Parts: sequence; C-alpha cells; structure tokens
Amino acid sequence: MEKAIKRYFPIFALPTALAFTIGFVIPFILGLYLSACRFTTINDAQFIGLENFIKVFSDEGFLHSIWYTALFALVSVIVINVIAFAIALALTSAMKGTTFFRTIFFMPNLIGGLVLGYIWQLILNTIFYDTFGLVMKLNEWLGFAGLVIVVSWQQIGYMMIIYIAGLQNVPGDLIEAARIDGATPWQTLWRVKIPIIMPSITICSFLTLTNSFKLFDQNFALTAGEPANRSALLALDIYQTFYGRVGWEGVGQAKAVIFCAIVVFVALFQLRLTRSKEVQQ
Amino acid sequence: MKKILSALLAVVMICTFAFVIVSCKKSNTGSVYYLNFKPEQDKDWQTLAQKYTQETGVEVVVVTAASNTYETTLKSEMAKSDAPTLFQVNGPVGLASWKNYCYDLKDSAIYKNLSSDDFALIDNGSVYGVAYVIETYGIIYNKLILNKYFTLEGAVASSIEEVNTFDKFKALVEDIQAKKTVLGIEGAFTSSGMDSSSDWRFKTHLANMPIYYEFEETNPTSFATIEGRYLDNYKNIWDLYINNSTAAPSELAGKTGDDAAAEFRNGKAVFYQNGTWAYNDIKSVGDENLGMLPIYIGGPGEENQGLCTGSENYWCVNKNVSDADISATLDFLEWVITSDEGRTSMSSDMNFVTPFKTFTNEYQADNPLIKAANAYITAGKTSVKWLFPTMPSEQWKNDVGSALTAYAAGTGTWDNVKSAFVNGWAAEYSKVNG
Repeated sequence: MEKAIKRYFPIFALPTALAFTIGFVIPFILGLYLSACRFTTINDAQFIGLENFIKVFSDEGFLHSIWYTALFALVSVIVINVIAFAIALALTSAMKGTTFFRTIFFMPNLIGGLVLGYIWQLILNTIFYDTFGLVMKLNEWLGFAGLVIVVSWQQIGYMMIIYIAGLQNVPGDLIEAARIDGATPWQTLWRVKIPIIMPSITICSFLTLTNSFKLFDQNFALTAGEPANRSALLALDIYQTFYGRVGWEGVGQAKAVIFCAIVVFVALFQLRLTRSKEVQQ
Repeated sequence: MKKILSALLAVVMICTFAFVIVSCKKSNTGSVYYLNFKPEQDKDWQTLAQKYTQETGVEVVVVTAASNTYETTLKSEMAKSDAPTLFQVNGPVGLASWKNYCYDLKDSAIYKNLSSDDFALIDNGSVYGVAYVIETYGIIYNKLILNKYFTLEGAVASSIEEVNTFDKFKALVEDIQAKKTVLGIEGAFTSSGMDSSSDWRFKTHLANMPIYYEFEETNPTSFATIEGRYLDNYKNIWDLYINNSTAAPSELAGKTGDDAAAEFRNGKAVFYQNGTWAYNDIKSVGDENLGMLPIYIGGPGEENQGLCTGSENYWCVNKNVSDADISATLDFLEWVITSDEGRTSMSSDMNFVTPFKTFTNEYQADNPLIKAANAYITAGKTSVKWLFPTMPSEQWKNDVGSALTAYAAGTGTWDNVKSAFVNGWAAEYSKVNG
C-alpha cells in the first residue's frame, strides 16, 4: 500500500499542484513583473523599470496608509485577542449555557465582510452622529474606531473557539497540582494555562495580524477612505491607486508588491516571537 | 469500498480535465459581446440583443457592469480571451487608457450617420469613439409645488420663467425654504447627499459650471492647469444647495442618491439637481409636473445660459478581437441605428436622445425632461458644454468631493475645496501626464 502511494503520488498531487500553480504561483510572478510595467490590462504591459516604485515613495498618501494600517493592526490584534481570551476563559468555566453562548459569539463570523460593513456603517454613523455630530466619513479617527469595532465584533468569536480548544487541552492534573501547591487562580492562569496554550496564541495573533493588514471589504464599506484618503488602509489605498488615475495601474501594482513584502516580514517576525515562548508539555 | 472510492475519484479527475478542454474550444463565427455602462437600460439591451439574434442568428451577449464599477469590470474583462467586442469610454481622458484597443470607426455606419463630428472622439484622423446618447442636466423642479408657492402672498416671483439669474434663483429658493411649512415640504432642495451614489452630482456635474465659465473666457489649448476664476460662484451655489435643503448640512455626508430621488418623488422638496437619465426614478410625480431649470451660478451673460448638454458615453469597438467579431459588432451597431426595432428601442424604451441622422422625427425620445431641454435650445439659449471629460483624473474628483463633504459638515473650510480644485488639478495633471 505504502509503495503504491509513493508510486502514484504525482498523479494524485497533480490537480492540486496545477491549481496552485495557476491560481497562485503564476499570478504572483506576473504581479512582480507587472510592478515594473506600464499597462492598462495585463496583456499590454510595457517594461519601464523602477519608475513605478519611485512614484510610490513620492506618494504621501501611501506613507500615511502604512502607519495608519500598522496602528490599526496593533490595536485590533490586542483588542481582539484580549477579549477573545477573556470570553474563552469565561465559557470554559463550569457555567450553564456555555454551548449556547459559544454559538452566539461565533455567529458574526459567518457573515461576509462587505454586507456586514454596510450594516455596521448605518448603525455606527447613527450613533456617532448623535454623540459627536459627525459621521465616519468626516473624521479619520472615528473611521478608525469604527473599523476596530467591526473587525473585533467579527473576529472575536473565531479566535474564542481556538482559545477554548486550547484551554480544554490544559491537563486537569496540572491545574490540580497548582491548586494543591497553593496557587491563586490568577497565578494558575499566568503560570500554567497561558504557557500551555501558547500555540493557540501564536495562531490567533498570526490570524488577526494578517487579517488586519489585508483588511479591505470593511474599510471600503465603512469609510471608503474618506476624508480624502485619510482612513484608507493599505489594501484600499492600492485599489484606489490602481483605478484613480489613468496610467497608474503599475504604481498600484508596485504598492502591492511592497505591501506583500511588509505583510510577510511582519508575520514572520510575529511567528518567531510567539513561537519562542511556546513550551513542550 | 475502497475500490469504488478510488474509481470515483479517478472519474472526477478525468471529468475535470475534459471540462477544461471542452470549455477552451471556441466557435469561429463572429459574435458580439457588449459591455454596457448604463444599468438603467440593461433590460432594453437584453431584449434588443435577443431580437437581433432571432433575426440574424448572430449571438449578442450584453453584460452590464454594476453601478460605479465600469472601469474595474472593463479592465478585467479586456484581459480575457473572450474580451468585449463593444465597450465604451467616457471621453478624452477615458480614451487615453483605451486608445490601443479602439478600432478605427471612420468607415463604419455609426460614424457616417453621425450628425456632427462633435460627437466623435477623433485623434490624428482616426475615429476612436462615437457618442450614442446625448444627455442633459440641470435643476429639475416640481411644478405642482412651485405653482402653489407662486399663489402665496409675498412670493418673490410669479412664474418660473422670470428666474434667469443666480440672484433671482437664490431669492426664490430662500423664500421657499422660509415658507416650507406653509407649502407642506421639508426643504427647497432635495438633500445633496455626498455618499458615493450621489456625490458625482456635485463633484463632477456641478463642478462643470465654474470650469465652463472659466474655459469660455480663457479658451485653453491644454488642460494642465485651472485658475478657479469662478470658484466663488461654485461656493455660492453649493451654499444655496446645502443650506436650503431637506437635511441639515452636517447630515449630508451620509445621504444617498436614493434619498434625494425619494424626497423629490414624495413631494418633500421642489428642486433636484439631476439629468434626463433620472426620469424613470421620478416619473411618478407626473409628466405634466416636471420641468428643468438651468444651473445659474452668476456667470456673465447667464440670462442666455441653457441647460448642460453633452455626452460621456462613447461606443468603441475592440480592435484586438477576431476580424469576424469586429465585423459582427459593426453590423450589429448598424442594425441598432438603422432598423425599426433598434431605433424604437433606443428612442422610446431607453429614452435616449441620439446624435445619429437615422433617428428621424418618428424616432425621437419623449419625456418631459428632454422636452424641457429642447425648449431651451429652441428658445436660443446657449447650452453649457460637458467639460468634465477634461478633469485630470478620478482622484481629482474624489478629492474635490471629500473637500465639499467636509465643508458642508463644517469640518473643513472652503479654502480646502479651492486647493483641491486648483492645486489638485495641476498636481493630478502632472501625475497622470508627467
């Protein structure tokens, strides 16, 4: 049997490998090439060298959206993970109705980004207008707050499920031993539970971090980058560069390449950081 | 069990490959693929395409891009092997990015039947695009409410014909706003919403007015810069819109195009800036109650100013598709503008005013807004040209829109609008052409 798998493995891997090449590898290489071209559609690209990249760094809006996105990622990663973990802790304690609440908290994750964005836009604009007399389009920090609220609402449930799975895997005898040794619940949490569920923290922070960097739908629906591109996250800024000016498609593409490099770098850095804290049971 | 499973998997795999191979096959006879810009007319185009297929057997596919996504859809469709054979650009700026795709239409029926070269995009002797619809916009008004106002005591005017300058219009609007409770309305103007479904009415169409008056004076040969000579007039009319409407200025950022249309339809406001294309949204007011007024901003000689008439819909034929497809497309277009079915559909179903000579008297579009537009031309008023195709980029429009929104809400000043308008113009022009 094992031999047969080895022998026929290429045939069975072929469709997936093919799909991966067509859907990922080729577009990626093509994308790299296009960032050094001037083009209207991908069929009429003319190679122009590094001109696009020079334009990218002379674009003040892009630099603004880089730090705006970084700040947004930082805030949303902290908010989502802290709240998700707190809820997971609450829902793994002996309490009635935990399954029911788990389902409720997970549900927002099932609705698509754009629809959700427009619904939240109506809700938040009404609230903000009544409180501050402003809507999200008019103030970049209101837009920022709105974005954090929406992505938190959407992703907390998902992260909570991962944390619950992690917490349920903490061996009961370890907790019991800690209790016998006289550890307070607070000490048990920090010295026993958190070190053991470190792999869950790695996954959750990786997911929330990359999701925040890639965020597009909710940004598009909530503020569309208003006022004057001040609330545009990186993905939206790239989109608007691509379609905002005739002949700037290549500049948008160059931004996308830089964007990709930033996300890969940040994600690798974060993985290394949290992985180093993981412990073997 | 395992054998059945593996056999099943193998079959699925073979089917997938077979499907890919089959779908790659292409037919050799020419066909037409029209990427339509106007969602309002999607149904009419579908019906017309079906009729043509029944008559000639040539396949015509009409796809309509969702509102506001034409450029994005076009870009991705043009990169496919089954690219649109017929598409459209919005004028010289749009043509700049699609020029290499445009078939020279100088021998085509649609160009030969064009009433004037003004309606074609011509560059170096080649005809790249032909306009197929001429549209008009201005300030649409509700005659029913206006007539009620004119009978009130102390009315500043006794008929709409008296209103032919900005000052008179301003006095009228402000008095209507002051008497809104007596008239049973919520404001003189519908809400000037700055949501993306509505902001083009102001950042593009209304912005055309100061550009028109300036270019009339300067007659520029290049559109690299603008002075903003009439920006104070732009401010005046914008102030009038936002301070005399159904909504407070600070609420406008979130108001949509549907909001404004609904307010007008339900008789909550008298004035509504929009064009002939909006007829279907507001026809429930009743044909006899609709009229259209020029947008007066206080420009020189505006007593003789008419409505804003022009086109930003040009047909282009894709030259990169097969010869069979090109000739099928040209034949289809010829049929559309010469056959009874085509002409009836374009004039009475789609309500288009077309620039083609083949649309003789019995094929004239007929709705009160178009009638109002024609009345101004007959009366010898000068139509305002559509100059927004000279705007340097989409980004420029968006920046002006943001500044207008912020000004209305009180979070920005008029100086921001000026700077987005004048400095932004030069900056965007050099970014695009530099």
